[in-house]
Amino acid sequence: MIAGALRRVGGSATGLVGDAGALWRLAASAFDRFALGPFRGDRVRWRATMIQTVRAGNRSLPLVSLICFLVGMIIALQSAYQLRELGAMDLVASLVAVSVTRELAPLLTAIIVAGRFGSAIAAELGTMKVSSEIDALVVMGLDPVGFLVVPRLVALLIALPCLTVFADVVGILGGLVLSTTVLGMGMGGYVADTIDALVLQDVYTGLVKATAFAAIIGLTGCHQGLAVRGGAEQVGQATTASVVRSIVLVIAADLFVTAIFFLRG
Amino acid sequence: MAGANGNAIEVRALRKSYDGRCVLDGVDLVVPRGETLVILGGSGSGKSTLLRCLVGLERPDEGSVSIHGIDVFRSDPRTLEKLRRRIGMAFQAGALFGSMTLAQNVELPLREFTELPRSTRRIVSRIKLGMVGLEDALDRLPSQLSGGMVKRAALARALALDPDVVFFDEPSAGLDPVTAAGIDRLLVQLKKAFDVTLVVVTHELESAFTIADRLALIHAGRFLFTGTPDEVRGCDDPVVRAFLERRPPEAQDGADRFRRFIDELEI
Repeated sequence: MIAGALRRVGGSATGLVGDAGALWRLAASAFDRFALGPFRGDRVRWRATMIQTVRAGNRSLPLVSLICFLVGMIIALQSAYQLRELGAMDLVASLVAVSVTRELAPLLTAIIVAGRFGSAIAAELGTMKVSSEIDALVVMGLDPVGFLVVPRLVALLIALPCLTVFADVVGILGGLVLSTTVLGMGMGGYVADTIDALVLQDVYTGLVKATAFAAIIGLTGCHQGLAVRGGAEQVGQATTASVVRSIVLVIAADLFVTAIFFLRG
Repeated sequence: MAGANGNAIEVRALRKSYDGRCVLDGVDLVVPRGETLVILGGSGSGKSTLLRCLVGLERPDEGSVSIHGIDVFRSDPRTLEKLRRRIGMAFQAGALFGSMTLAQNVELPLREFTELPRSTRRIVSRIKLGMVGLEDALDRLPSQLSGGMVKRAALARALALDPDVVFFDEPSAGLDPVTAAGIDRLLVQLKKAFDVTLVVVTHELESAFTIADRLALIHAGRFLFTGTPDEVRGCDDPVVRAFLERRPPEAQDGADRFRRFIDELEI
């Protein structure tokens, strides 16, 4: 039994390492097509990229707004609960502003987009794989990475930071609404506290994270989709795997980026 | 080189195995320009793998494939890309892009590889779909088509760039006999009209004899017999006969194996 468990652990470890290699190769060839392709005279797929950006951004907007608004309110309430004891209620605004922009907005947005768009990428490419559409592209002389992966990846790299900025605003707004109604704080004072507390670095820390998360979600979704072998069942598995892996990798990357910013002061 | 001696496709000593199981066991094949070659074989004979190797989707372990004198596996990407524009392939299940209408499917290679303006592309796609009898279905999605229509549309897309070599995987699989005969007739007509080199992989005898200039019978990863339809009919190789007469060749084998298995048990 122990041997079996060890073998399973070993199996998933080698699986992860193999996946990391495949993910890295996909990243390298996507970068090659995206950054170097135009110099070789490859066509830039503006239209496809725009369509995908709209898909990635617009469709997640309502959910991102709702969740970030609610989380902004929750953070305001939780910090008020602690700060009331210390008589430091005027810190609520800065706590909400900093935790939303540095941490919660990028993370929650990434998780929502992984669930909505990352999974959609995996399902779409997986279905194309199963129905030989990817093979058809190859035989036509169209490179699947340039044709399918790059537009989706670039779309995420555009849409996720934009969504994150939007989530920043909505989250702070949530804190403001709760503080001025339930906690009875003044609107002018809250806004002034927020502006005082926020520095540009808070916002751009969040945007650096959003960019890294976008790459993770896009590459994981595309890799899972293109790795599908067999039939409909594997497409379902790939879709689930893309979401689970994206979320795990996003959170790991979050810790990494946060640690770097912390160490740099 | 192949280009000079008029051969469209040359295959030399092609070998391919999966997990130690040999699927292609040294296949040699020459297809002269303008010929219709039908590769005939049962399931598991290696015919699909051979086709995937011919179009470069599967890399063989050994051997070479060249089309118009260009090695499919050892040429630089630019040369290969140019070659791919001269090749068309119709997939077994169509492999039409599900998010695009039929016209958009046919226009895709035109959009990617030619400088034709939009209106001209539209006209070309209408002509190509008209050739396969789908001029009324231009704006339909692949999911709204019947099996026979999907195969026709796949052929229209394969013909979009006026290729000189066309591969067709199982044109009649999954179709009723009447629709299948319609596809066969279409292939014969296209062939007459455009003088393309056509390679068709199938397990349907009737369709094979209708369209082929030459038949190649593949079995267990090797060509058993290659010849004109008449030569194949006259062939007295037992495996060829078994295939043509639709006798399952394993029947004898199976009984033997079963007897041996019983014998071993008793010892």
